[in-house]
Amino acid sequence: MPSLIAEKTEARPNPRQEEAARAKGVSPGRRRAVSVARGVAGILTLALIWELAPTYGLVDAYFIPPLHVVLEEWWQMATDGELAKHVGASLVRSAIGFGLAIVVAIPVGAAIAWYRPVREFSTPVLEVFRNTAALAILPVFTLILGIGEASKISIVLYACFFPILLATISGVATVDPQLLRSAKVLGLSPVATFRKVVFPAAVPTIFTGIRISGAAAILVLIAAEMIGATAGLGFLINYAQFNFLIPKMYAAIITTALLGVAVNYGLVALERRFSRWRPA
Amino acid sequence: MSSRITLDGVGQTFWVRGDEDKQLREFVAIENLDLDVAAGEFLTVVGPSGCGKSTVLDLIAGLAEPTSGELRIDGKPITGPGLDRSVVFQQYTLLPWRTAAGNVEFALEAKGGLSKKERAAGAREYLELVGLSEFANRYPHELSGGMKQRVAIARSLSYQPEVLLMDEPFGALDAQTRERLQEELVGIWKRTGTTVVFITHDIEEAVFLGQRVAVMSARPGGIKAIINVDLDRDAAAETDVRATREFAAYRHRIWSLLREQHAPAARTEELVHA
Repeated sequence: MPSLIAEKTEARPNPRQEEAARAKGVSPGRRRAVSVARGVAGILTLALIWELAPTYGLVDAYFIPPLHVVLEEWWQMATDGELAKHVGASLVRSAIGFGLAIVVAIPVGAAIAWYRPVREFSTPVLEVFRNTAALAILPVFTLILGIGEASKISIVLYACFFPILLATISGVATVDPQLLRSAKVLGLSPVATFRKVVFPAAVPTIFTGIRISGAAAILVLIAAEMIGATAGLGFLINYAQFNFLIPKMYAAIITTALLGVAVNYGLVALERRFSRWRPA
Repeated sequence: MSSRITLDGVGQTFWVRGDEDKQLREFVAIENLDLDVAAGEFLTVVGPSGCGKSTVLDLIAGLAEPTSGELRIDGKPITGPGLDRSVVFQQYTLLPWRTAAGNVEFALEAKGGLSKKERAAGAREYLELVGLSEFANRYPHELSGGMKQRVAIARSLSYQPEVLLMDEPFGALDAQTRERLQEELVGIWKRTGTTVVFITHDIEEAVFLGQRVAVMSARPGGIKAIINVDLDRDAAAETDVRATREFAAYRHRIWSLLREQHAPAARTEELVHA
């Protein structure tokens, strides 16, 4: 099995040789199909352990039922519409909060980064907010906005806002000065410079913030739904646990995990779509 | 098409903080510098590193304002950047998210007054001028250093400036690519008739390219001498101009001028360190 050292230091043609040959270097032992198969095998191993451990009494089958029991329950919930209702409720809340965060944080971040005094004034304040766990101030939101949709959407907005804001500030503030000099030579107006140079340059950094926020949106929402809600995945997990509907609880947890994976992959795909110009 | 640049007693000082004493003080980058560039001329400026060559270029480009003296272009004072001048920097300043053609179009967008179609046509024309037609749709990271610099040159020429300012544009390239680009640049200059001010620390490059070579002195920077170079560059493609005796003589003269000012500078540095 090739180690990391062997893998990374493998002899390859250099870029000039690749250019001359109009081809890209490859390692013969590495094929996409094999890589994918290995990943699938990993997931299957996890599934197998989950299935066999309760069956052979390694863990209490009442608290951790075998995987097939959980999957049967999941399928039941998926077909009778129960799952759709809760996933729908959670998705709408996180999408609205996440969307609002993007729409607000990017312009605010750009404005803060543009003027150094504003940047220096707001950075410590923003650091305080960023390092205040969103869930720590959930009671404040509940106090002010009640236990309805508004407080849940707000908590998602809060959790998503700071990663995007700080990423935008850093992306805009660290724009390559040489690019700004060439824009200046061309006599570009500040607005045009922002639109054509600064913002596109900041997009990859902003996307890092967006991806962190995407994960945070689901995480925080699940927790908020556990505290006060009548629908949503967080509510479902908590409700199932209270009523000893153990397979249902695991089915809801699996759904949450799948949702998280889907959101992350979706954002990665979107990021790739917007940064095709970057070296692979 | 061409323009006349005048630098009249130009000085530039910056605020610096000492590495050792942490004191704020003024640093004189260039002092009392006079220079005239004729319309359509190819002038190279050579000098030791840190002598203020790039500062001179920034001032002509309008990216900085002089502390003293005056810069004029066609008799009008330079107050800021303008589309009558363009700059090619040493670092590749292409927008990495735009293709080669997109980068040339960027300059045409700044110029304004052109339709999308006209911009695309302009980009194609100038990429052809630098021999990159086939690579119009490549992103900068897919281009070699030499190709990137050709795109930068195409971008700078695309809006037909009267003056092309170049700040060690070939400094980061390998020797063969550099020589080829030098020859191509002379060809482009002859075809377009643009006034070129070309900064370099490479004496051979200065002699090969320049009709006149301005030799700068260091700290504070000023013009030490101006050498007229009379070489038959038309034959450049066939014979190796760089191997001729005349070329060697010019090279040696400039080398001696630079060496002359180096020696006393080295001695004072020794004294400072002692």
